[in-house]
Amino acid sequence: MKSKILEHYPPNDRSNLIALLQDVQEIYGYLPENDLRAIAEYLNISMSSIYGVATFYNQFRLTPLGKNIIRVCRGTACHVKSSANILTALETELGIKSGETTRDKNFTLETVACIGACSIAPVININEDYYGRATIKEIPKILAKYRKSESSKIESEKLVEKQ
Amino acid sequence: MKSFIEKCCEQCWHTEENPCELFVACCSDGPLCHTDEKCSSKFKNLNHELKFIHHELPVIFIGMGTCGLASGADKVKKAIEAELEKNKIEALIVPTGCIGYCAKEPIVDIKLPGKDRVSYCEIFPKDVPMLIETALLKKTVFEKKLLGIHGNENAAAAKISDIPFFKNQLRVVLENCGIINPSSLDAFLVHGGFKALDKVLRLMSPDQIVEEVKKSGLRGRGGGGFPTGIKWEIALKKDAPQKFIICNADEGDPGAFMDRSVLESDPFRLIEGMIIGAYAIGAMQGYIYCRAEYPLAIQRLNDAIDQCKKYSLLGKNILGSDFDFDLKVKKGAGAFVCGEETALIASIEGKRGMPRPRPPFPSDSGLWKRPTVINNVETFANIAPVINRGANWFASIGTEKSKGTKVFALSGKISLSGLVEVPMGVSLRDVVFKIGGGIPNQKKFKAVQIGGPSGGCLPNSVLDTKVDYESLKEVGAMMGSGGFVVMDEDTCMVDIAKFFLTFIQNESCGKCVPCREGTKRMLEIIERIPVSYSIKGVKTDQLLRFKGIVHLQRLADVIKDTSLCGLGQSAPNPVLSGLKYFKDEYEEHLFERSCEAKVCKEILTFEIDPELCNGCGLCIKKCPAEAIYGDKKQPHQIIELKCAKCGMCLENCRFGAVSVN
Repeated sequence: MKSKILEHYPPNDRSNLIALLQDVQEIYGYLPENDLRAIAEYLNISMSSIYGVATFYNQFRLTPLGKNIIRVCRGTACHVKSSANILTALETELGIKSGETTRDKNFTLETVACIGACSIAPVININEDYYGRATIKEIPKILAKYRKSESSKIESEKLVEKQ
Repeated sequence: MKSFIEKCCEQCWHTEENPCELFVACCSDGPLCHTDEKCSSKFKNLNHELKFIHHELPVIFIGMGTCGLASGADKVKKAIEAELEKNKIEALIVPTGCIGYCAKEPIVDIKLPGKDRVSYCEIFPKDVPMLIETALLKKTVFEKKLLGIHGNENAAAAKISDIPFFKNQLRVVLENCGIINPSSLDAFLVHGGFKALDKVLRLMSPDQIVEEVKKSGLRGRGGGGFPTGIKWEIALKKDAPQKFIICNADEGDPGAFMDRSVLESDPFRLIEGMIIGAYAIGAMQGYIYCRAEYPLAIQRLNDAIDQCKKYSLLGKNILGSDFDFDLKVKKGAGAFVCGEETALIASIEGKRGMPRPRPPFPSDSGLWKRPTVINNVETFANIAPVINRGANWFASIGTEKSKGTKVFALSGKISLSGLVEVPMGVSLRDVVFKIGGGIPNQKKFKAVQIGGPSGGCLPNSVLDTKVDYESLKEVGAMMGSGGFVVMDEDTCMVDIAKFFLTFIQNESCGKCVPCREGTKRMLEIIERIPVSYSIKGVKTDQLLRFKGIVHLQRLADVIKDTSLCGLGQSAPNPVLSGLKYFKDEYEEHLFERSCEAKVCKEILTFEIDPELCNGCGLCIKKCPAEAIYGDKKQPHQIIELKCAKCGMCLENCRFGAVSVN
């Protein structure tokens, strides 16, 4: 797998470092140490400079994430429309703080500087879906969708097993 | 013939490897290399089809930008497809970008053959059967959700251009947004796309282009306002084996989304502007640095670049000239400071995105130490109109020192949020009240925040300020990239200052001390304003707070003077403008310990009215601090010491029994 990602980029060219890290993160959801070592070797740069880049940018993370990633927009427009309360509500509902992952690894809660959908603030983004004009009241309903898909999948798997 | 890249007959030889220099002109008036009645009718038909002048099937346009999608445009699209299937109607569905009227998304336009294009707003899946029945089966106008009509056939119904939101705008950059299909190069070509590129490649020398851009008075739309022509001239005069052109699409300003909209709704316009810029300065490689938070924009850009290559508008020998140019999209990784040009260059080079001192400016020594021109999305989007319509036309719009138009992203507490493009020189009041429709829910206007974390909050008293670089700077804000967040009486200015400082402090790259340490200290002082940190009843509390404000002001000035890059230099602006215009609000927090807008939680107390509470227990369930107690069906109470002041009880109470003081 790793070598396949590496193939897309020329060796010894540092300018592709960020793109490479993004590709790795897309597959694993985080940056595993072994892959970083492989990249360091391939691009001929030190592990410490990769660590420097990976910790500088908000996008990269060195620990695994939950299955569903919830991003709460904390841009100005969302803030004015009280996205702080939305964040608190999500934190209460999931029992975690922003930046953490639930124990069942189903949800990761994050904040993001601005999603760029300010006209329908406040916005939350779960995986690929956007929820505009979000209210505290609908949060349990939104979360249930992602919980349901999880439990229904397990149920269907169980059914398959039984058969 | 379905597309302009197809041959009309054997005589056409335009391909990627063998480009024809008349290709762009050929698209509108073709064929130019030979005369054949059949071929010219083929071109004419394709033009009419793509412009939807003559078409057999009804056409349904759906606004599918990020804001449209977030409002449910893809569900509407599915509903429309199902409904068409059910009624056995054949129709063409065309996804478009965002027209900018985001408050009324999802927007669906329907054009029947031989009729005008009718725009409907706030169409949700439940409205689709009615819409299809009225508009497509009965062939009348679905009055209930009518927005307006493009064109002027039906004088009885409102025209789009008569709606106040659109009437007071002047659309140059956004002219195609929401109108054309952003994924089709053919659609862009029939709407006058790449005509400017055609003109410069055939008729203009790089010097002439630079001269034209200089004469137009176009200034950088990213915020700084540096004259684009002069930037290009420096790079043009520099003799170097390689030069670069970069588009800054790292729109990190919270509250700004116009670049995203242009990228999603009209990506070819940006590409055209960049190719012209590259030709003018002699660059052979270009980069679009786009933030990773805009996945749709990145996807559309990559598609657009691929199509341009196929049509020989990018690559080797563009349109048969001897000019080669290649374009790549670089994905940002979520660092606000990368919007600063030297940090952006470091990021493209694969390093930590930290700014470096200037000079040397990037036009002298930029990416890989080569001359590099960096412009914002909106700046590049302005280039084609400048070339097509001439510098004099562009210079005739706007004020003495700021020419052309500016796109603003209206958001916050405003009735009609969305994207608006106004000529420079319009007053802020007009933007808020004439175009934006004022403040919803009969609330009072308090401030407008312009320019994101580098800008300032402007109150009612300076709302007649004109939109131009100098006037805005004079009143303590800045043009910035165009975020325009409106605030009403429920917004606390101390809280806003805190919000921006938190943001800046998080995003500071940490290279220079004033920004790294200074903003942290500023944030600490602001955070302490509402917090009580002495024994109750002792008055030294207020004095210490007041001392904090004096420090804050001094600190702000030092940070402004000594920071390395624009991020640090402008970081104190939100605080300084707050102290200047909203002094009473700060004083109210300092001395009276009250927050009129009821935002600063540390000051607030929550109470339950026993008369209104019926003891449903919902607040007990929702309270994260377990600070509410009470028996079932008995009025509940809040324990003040435990209360985390999150406001969950207030939000969730169905009987309005929770009050804040």
